[in-house]
Amino acid sequence: MSIKLSVDNLHKRYGSHEVLKGVSLTANAGDVISIIGSSGSGKSTFLRCINMLERPHMGRITVAGEEMKLVTAKDGMFKAADDKQLQMMRAKLAMVFQHFNLWAHMTVLENIIEAPVNVLKVPKDEAIARARKYLDKVGLKDVEDKYPAHMSGGQQQRVAIARALAVEPEVMLFDEPTSALDPELVGEVLRVMKALAEEGRTMVVVTHEMAFAREVSNHVIFLHKGLIEEQGDPKAVLVNPKSERLQQFLKGSLK
Amino acid sequence: MQFDVIFEPATLKLFWQGILVSLKLLVISVSIGALLSIPLAVLRVSRNKWLSTPVWLYTYVMRGTPMLIQVYLIYYGVAQLDIVQANWDTVALFKPFKDALFCCVLAFTLNTCAYTTEMLAGAIRDTNHGEVEAAKAMGMSKWQVMRRIVLPSALRRTLPSYSNEVIMMLHGTSLASTVPALMDITGAARSVYSDYYLPFEAFITAGAIYLVLTFTLVGLFKLAERRWLAYLQPRKA
Repeated sequence: MSIKLSVDNLHKRYGSHEVLKGVSLTANAGDVISIIGSSGSGKSTFLRCINMLERPHMGRITVAGEEMKLVTAKDGMFKAADDKQLQMMRAKLAMVFQHFNLWAHMTVLENIIEAPVNVLKVPKDEAIARARKYLDKVGLKDVEDKYPAHMSGGQQQRVAIARALAVEPEVMLFDEPTSALDPELVGEVLRVMKALAEEGRTMVVVTHEMAFAREVSNHVIFLHKGLIEEQGDPKAVLVNPKSERLQQFLKGSLK
Repeated sequence: MQFDVIFEPATLKLFWQGILVSLKLLVISVSIGALLSIPLAVLRVSRNKWLSTPVWLYTYVMRGTPMLIQVYLIYYGVAQLDIVQANWDTVALFKPFKDALFCCVLAFTLNTCAYTTEMLAGAIRDTNHGEVEAAKAMGMSKWQVMRRIVLPSALRRTLPSYSNEVIMMLHGTSLASTVPALMDITGAARSVYSDYYLPFEAFITAGAIYLVLTFTLVGLFKLAERRWLAYLQPRKA
């Protein structure tokens, strides 16, 4: 089985506060890894370090066999040694955000073809065909010409997922994709994510949805104070947690 | 009131030419000012002090002084300098200063460009950070993020305040009448006033013309907003 993503010994601090104290992760093709933990545990920071939206202080990041070239900048944090390489690697790590972050001045179709056309240089008609395929996949019809602000949160997040799919990434990163949604809209997004998992996409998901972590992912990581406190098969880890912290955390989440 | 004087062919022609001069001043200065403001606004928000400070200084000075002073400084100042007048037939850089219209356009352009730069820079700073992050995360370069996401969004959001700037500039072109060689709408009204001693008729006519032009501009900007700001408007049923 091929390794799609490996993150090795990632460290990150804000000032003197260490948010990540050496976190590693390996995702094989088809893995769905859920990262759980209370707020402040560093789980979002970890995910955002993987595509350098946050700059770590130490660690190695390898995507589909290619290691990200990183050098230490004056401020002590890593920066990309090769901007072109970083851009191409980011396109292989498409991200879905908590607040969707669709480009508000573009229609749905324009949002989805933007990166394929301008980053990957896919011909426009091909990008449009691709966009329609993925819109269909996330279950959206007749929305191509709509603006994001004219759609529900669940629809916007599904467009954001289609936008991420359109660059045909090696790994998809989800940063609390359902946390900003009304409860009745969470289901439609989770169903799409479950379908993606079932077709064998490699996904790393920071989530509060314990049911998703348990039912859909094949590996769960519990982060606590910048370290992996416990990890493994979700059925085992979430049903019979060994660490006290995870027991407390699961009790709090009631699911 | 003796409005029949206004409707005499000679007077109408005077006002018509005034309208053309005013619109020429407006269109040239506003379009050049807008085009220049885009790169300047990008420099203005740069984190590099060597790039942002000169632009800040320029907008600070232009916005901190009246446009009339700027017109005077260029028309009665620069254009009347001995060194400029002695050489404006030979030195290409000085040649345009022979033309009163150029002097006014230069002053107006520098002025409107400063205001537009600040407006646009503000809109760039207000860009939703999440949209910028999404663009980076999809693999766009800094330049692509600016050109494809930040600027298109900021330019649209500047539109409502920019329409005010253009209207202020239309009214500002009346300062051109202080330059003797130029006959804009206000200049035409002043000439009618001094020829016939009819202040109300002359200036009411000028005011009415400005009013019609203003509302035409407002209408055009409404259309532009409907086209480019559709994404901010409430959804239609």
